[in-house]
Amino acid sequence: MFRQSLAVTLINLKSIPQRPGMSIATIISVALVVGVLLGFSAMANGFRATVQGTGSQDVAIFLRSGAQAELNSGLSRDEVRLIEEAPGLARDSGGEAIASAELYVIVDGTKRSSGTDANIPLRGVGEDAALLRQNFELVEGRMFAPGSNDLVVGRSVQREFSGFEMGEEIRLGNNNWQIVGVFSTGGTVFDSEIWADLGVIQNLYNRGSGVQTVRARLENPDAIERVRAYAENEPRLNLDVQAEQAYYASQAGATSDLIMYLGWPLSIAMAIGAFAGAWNTLYSSVDRRTREIATLRAIGFSGFPAFVGTMAEALMLSAIGGLVGAAAVYLLFNGVSASTLGGSFTQIVFSFAVTPSAIIAGIVMALVIGFLGGLVPAIRAARVPILAVHAD
Amino acid sequence: MTEDLRQDTLYQLDHVSKSYTRGKERVDIFTDLTMQIGRGEFIAIMGPSGSGKTTILNLLGGIDRPSAGEIAFKGQRIDNLGQGKLATWRAHNVGFIFQFYNLMPTLTAIENVELPLLLLKMSGKERRRRAETALDIVGIADRAGHKPRQLSGGQQQRVAIARAIVADPAVLMCDEPTGDLDRESANSVLETLQLLNTELGKTIVMVTHDPAAASFAKKELHLDKGRFVEREALA
Ligand SMILES: Nc1ncnc2c1ncn2[C@@H]1O[C@H](COP(=O)(O)OP(=O)(O)OP(=O)(O)O)[C@@H](O)[C@H]1O
Ligand SMILES: [Mg+2]
Repeated sequence: MFRQSLAVTLINLKSIPQRPGMSIATIISVALVVGVLLGFSAMANGFRATVQGTGSQDVAIFLRSGAQAELNSGLSRDEVRLIEEAPGLARDSGGEAIASAELYVIVDGTKRSSGTDANIPLRGVGEDAALLRQNFELVEGRMFAPGSNDLVVGRSVQREFSGFEMGEEIRLGNNNWQIVGVFSTGGTVFDSEIWADLGVIQNLYNRGSGVQTVRARLENPDAIERVRAYAENEPRLNLDVQAEQAYYASQAGATSDLIMYLGWPLSIAMAIGAFAGAWNTLYSSVDRRTREIATLRAIGFSGFPAFVGTMAEALMLSAIGGLVGAAAVYLLFNGVSASTLGGSFTQIVFSFAVTPSAIIAGIVMALVIGFLGGLVPAIRAARVPILAVHAD
Repeated sequence: MTEDLRQDTLYQLDHVSKSYTRGKERVDIFTDLTMQIGRGEFIAIMGPSGSGKTTILNLLGGIDRPSAGEIAFKGQRIDNLGQGKLATWRAHNVGFIFQFYNLMPTLTAIENVELPLLLLKMSGKERRRRAETALDIVGIADRAGHKPRQLSGGQQQRVAIARAIVADPAVLMCDEPTGDLDRESANSVLETLQLLNTELGKTIVMVTHDPAAASFAKKELHLDKGRFVEREALA
């Protein structure tokens, strides 16, 4: 039976070039499905990797209760002071909490790639802000001077937007700024931000002494519980306290889920098309080989090899399609950077990540399409009546 | 000539009927057909179109079953074999030759000829050797590596004959084997069949419309209205 199946499979596979148009159409349609699926998952993965990599476990982020995202939060100067007194926070030699009260506003930048405007967060930060970002590094220049119109820009901002060259002056809104430094945080969300002195931002944007968030270093990751208990028991505070990592993970989850909610239905719709195409191709393959199959049956072959041969053809076409789709996405997109709206409606720059598990999922999807598309034609092949030997 | 009839019986048909239902109507092709075919015969079956020539060939070749009656081959009934057993029986005992050759277009001549041997226990080397021998017998060994479309009709039919004899079956079923060939190619194919009959002792049942083709056989049967009328060949 194995020898029979092998022989019929070879006959089948060798016959593929006799149906070049249909076979190539099937390969392309499967490739498109896998390409779309992989493209979306590379986007979701890349986005998630960037955002999730952002938070650290030993930094607490304080938002007004119910605010969800930084932009919706607001904290008064008094609240900031109370937060800085919380137990469980790491302190410097002078006993001050290592903390940064922050306020960010949104400014327009011009994208290099398209020349269109997009939102960039301009974050006012305290002196400790750099200490609170793991892997913070000044790549060029210096930090802003307190009270000045100095800007330091994240590396992704400089790469994706025009006008942020070192030493340049730039107009954002109604104000002129001087670019004095470029920083990197190792590919996290902060690389997509511009930083300036908190006091200057509060002043220029009429925020008085209010901020949105406080970030503070914890003595250790477990200290978050003590901080949270303190905030809950302090009647003057009404806060959500989270480890920064958990905060960004929840922000990332929502957006990357959204990407996949778009990606899956689109790939499934295309998969149905590819399935129909595979079915049609294989159906016609069986149709054209009816007399051949019947002849093999007359010679003494059983129906099973005809099933196997047709299935092999279906799986071969879909596997080629899957590989073509995966290779195309990998070559075109892997590592390519893109930007998308983050949780707070600003641009977050991230890289497409084509992961091995996504490639495997794509190939499996291709094979499932091939299997389902080939199933009925293969059953039909197995049931070709022997008397079709006389067909012309 | 009567010695021929007393040869060992290869096929014994008893009260064989075959009918098809066409819509609500039942069409009888034969009713109550009883006949023998002896070993070593070369029979040409002639008759008008639709008289059931192909149908009888299908029954003898085990690719169709009678509606009633018994068909025995070498004393063993084949009409009641299950699908799998019947397929195995065909693989060992019958070779088929069709009007349109029915070769696998993507396989070379020798690969086509090897196909029936895949059903027998045999090494790849042995398969190749026997396929070469079969091609040699039909005089087309020099085209072993050609694909069917690189061969003329007569050459393709020779490859088909090689495929039919390669497993050394006792009987060959030929349905209009020269129906698609010009006179010259037809004659040479028929001479080959004759040779297989006389030299290798193959029993041959051949359906044909062509009296000239039928004249190569030892015996002609005329099928009309479900009855056979025998006529000894003159040649
Ligand atoms: N599967 C089938 N279903 C219904 N009728 C059939 C079937 N096969 C054959 N017939 C009918 O049976 C009759 C005999 O058919 P058969 O093919 O044996 O004729 P034939 O003598 O070989 O004719 P031809 O010379 O045209 O090849 C025809 O009337 C044909 O239409
Ligand atoms: Mg016929």
